[in-house]
Amino acid sequence: MSEIKAGAELFAEPVTCSTRPIIYNEDLCIGCNRCADACQVDVLVNSTEKGHHPIVMYPGECYYCGACVMECPVKGAIKLEHPLMNRAKFIPVK
Amino acid sequence: MEQYKWPYKNEIGEAERVKSDVLVLGGGLAGCYAAIAAARKGKSVVLVEKGATKRSGSGGTGFDHWESACTNPCSSVTPKEIAEAYINEQDHYSNGIYHYITCREGWDRLADMETFGGKIRDTEDEFKGAEFRDDKTKLMFAYDYENKFTLRVWGTTFKPALYNEMKKLGVKIYDRTEATALLTEEIGGHKRGIGAMGMNVRTGKFMVFEAKSTILTMSRPARIWLFSPDTMGLSEFRPPQSIGSGHAMGYRAGVEFTMMEKSVKGEFSAAGRSFPPYGAGNNHNTWYAATMVDARGVEIPYLDRDGNILKTVSDRYHPAKGQKFFLKGGVIDEAKYEYRGPETMDFAELMKRGYQLPFYADLSKMPELERKVIWGMMVGQEGKTQVPIYQNYTERGFDPSKHILQSYGTGWQSASFLEQERQLFGAPGGVLEDWDLKTNIDGIYAAGDQLYASDCAGSACATGYYAGRKASDYAGKVDFGKVSEDDVKIEQERLYHPLKVENGMDWRELNMAIAKGMQNYCGGIKCEDLLREGLSLMNSFEEEYVPQLSCQNPHELMRTHEVMDILEVSKMILNACLMRESSSEPLHFMRSDFPEVDPEKDRHFITIKLVDGKPVKGIVPHDYYGDVEKEYEKRNQDYIGGEH
Repeated sequence: MSEIKAGAELFAEPVTCSTRPIIYNEDLCIGCNRCADACQVDVLVNSTEKGHHPIVMYPGECYYCGACVMECPVKGAIKLEHPLMNRAKFIPVK
Repeated sequence: MEQYKWPYKNEIGEAERVKSDVLVLGGGLAGCYAAIAAARKGKSVVLVEKGATKRSGSGGTGFDHWESACTNPCSSVTPKEIAEAYINEQDHYSNGIYHYITCREGWDRLADMETFGGKIRDTEDEFKGAEFRDDKTKLMFAYDYENKFTLRVWGTTFKPALYNEMKKLGVKIYDRTEATALLTEEIGGHKRGIGAMGMNVRTGKFMVFEAKSTILTMSRPARIWLFSPDTMGLSEFRPPQSIGSGHAMGYRAGVEFTMMEKSVKGEFSAAGRSFPPYGAGNNHNTWYAATMVDARGVEIPYLDRDGNILKTVSDRYHPAKGQKFFLKGGVIDEAKYEYRGPETMDFAELMKRGYQLPFYADLSKMPELERKVIWGMMVGQEGKTQVPIYQNYTERGFDPSKHILQSYGTGWQSASFLEQERQLFGAPGGVLEDWDLKTNIDGIYAAGDQLYASDCAGSACATGYYAGRKASDYAGKVDFGKVSEDDVKIEQERLYHPLKVENGMDWRELNMAIAKGMQNYCGGIKCEDLLREGLSLMNSFEEEYVPQLSCQNPHELMRTHEVMDILEVSKMILNACLMRESSSEPLHFMRSDFPEVDPEKDRHFITIKLVDGKPVKGIVPHDYYGDVEKEYEKRNQDYIGGEH
């Protein structure tokens, strides 16, 4: 990687991690980017393709606050879920 | 790995200058209320927020209860008695100014919130007839149903309402902009704050904000001991961008801090040894006072402060016989006898009596409205619960009338941390303020979690608004300062440096090294040699590895800046720990070389600030703020007289 200069084209590579906090339903998402606008952690990066959902560029940085889902105008277009290790167990009343 | 073009403009190297009467750094609850107060006073206001203000901060996606609103129409306690109870409860390692402002003005801020469009009452009569609801005002209460000073609120509605109100008032909001350094000027040996600098975290544009007064509302440090490079966003309780940049920039500028030697054994890290807050069975805070059962389904008894078993669910929400009120929530776990509320039987006693792990929260055994207010209102309105807990668990089939939710570890905490896995939690250290919420530097104010011994959303709102008033008054009396172009150049170079490094170190590697270093040298047991080793390690990071940090776009540059601030704060903590030469229970502070606990000679605040680049110790008596009611009233006659 070389020195980043003023005005030069910038790039980003999605940083992989062990979890997938945010999953888009491509059929439902209208690509409005409201989720990316709402994310206080800036995990999502606007897609440059019109109508396409944002890219989950930094999934490991997700705070699991749910703002992306709360701001989404289409129910079901985004699914946010805690990693498997964080799903507490429940059982029928004893 | 696929490479994407960065969709935002490249403005690296460009600079913008912005001027306002009042500058607010941080767009959480405290920052928004500060901006609103200043705008109402007719000041031009700029608010700088690293994320997106509409949903930013710890309360961005909600909060479920508002503590110490002692002047609400149903309250039967006074601001003075609750503020003083907190001070006594925390052995005077408490922020009396902050607590009194919360108790005195908190309800005013809730009333404001309602006019902004936030929901603070059960207007739909969902909980009509419940014991915790006042049917006349439709206000709902938590914890102490008799004294009614903690309100249950619909916090998911609050941040968007504040955002809209600021827009209406003409506050200029700079979202996606990190504040990185304070601007000061020194005239005749007298220092004054004259603004701040920062960077747009999407475009890399350098920003200079000139202001007559500046308010720090940037939460508290994090990721010092607890860091997961894999699921970094879950490392701590508060949002990952709240890492104490306000502390770091304040410290560099000469702001005085106190209680920085206090850290507690970890309580929340969903990347590590705990579950997501409020996402496992428990009976505290949002879940107070849920019925708990053991592995056999046997109910775990609640006791009053005298050890008497409470017979009904309602009994859990009332003071003991002869007790006026009890304290619960936020920083209070095991209150002193005087303020202790109903609590489940001690874990050791439960084991002795044959109760079996795991425990579960069993809401099915509670009256319907108590069940619904915990699961559906509180879990749902509390930050980070509406989608990842309430909605997800419901989709997985959880029904609180049919299922019980498991607790983990020993009992309700659902966490099993090690002694060296520490956090700044439960009223940690921060800025030492005066009755104007001013720091030791003129023109620089602080509010919310940035203050020492702070906690809770209601306090953030109340102190934010108060700081906004006082900073406005100051701004009305002074002119803009003269910004040093050298300072600007140095900061610009510091911020952009990681872009010039080829094949350098990723910010995660340094954060991991800091966290491991702090666990090793600033863990549960401290001593001079260990702390000095820690400082030497942090200094070597500063000298050898900070210059090697590199990144490829403005987002990663922001994360890199954060770790540089985490390193700064770690050094402040190590130095503060060296300054207290005794151990202390309320500060969770244990020195093997000074084992005496809370000796008379050290029962005061120890402060730390940088003078000519060196940490300097100060001593401030616990009662420096005087009689909270008298001192407040002396300085706030305009507000008491109705000028809000």
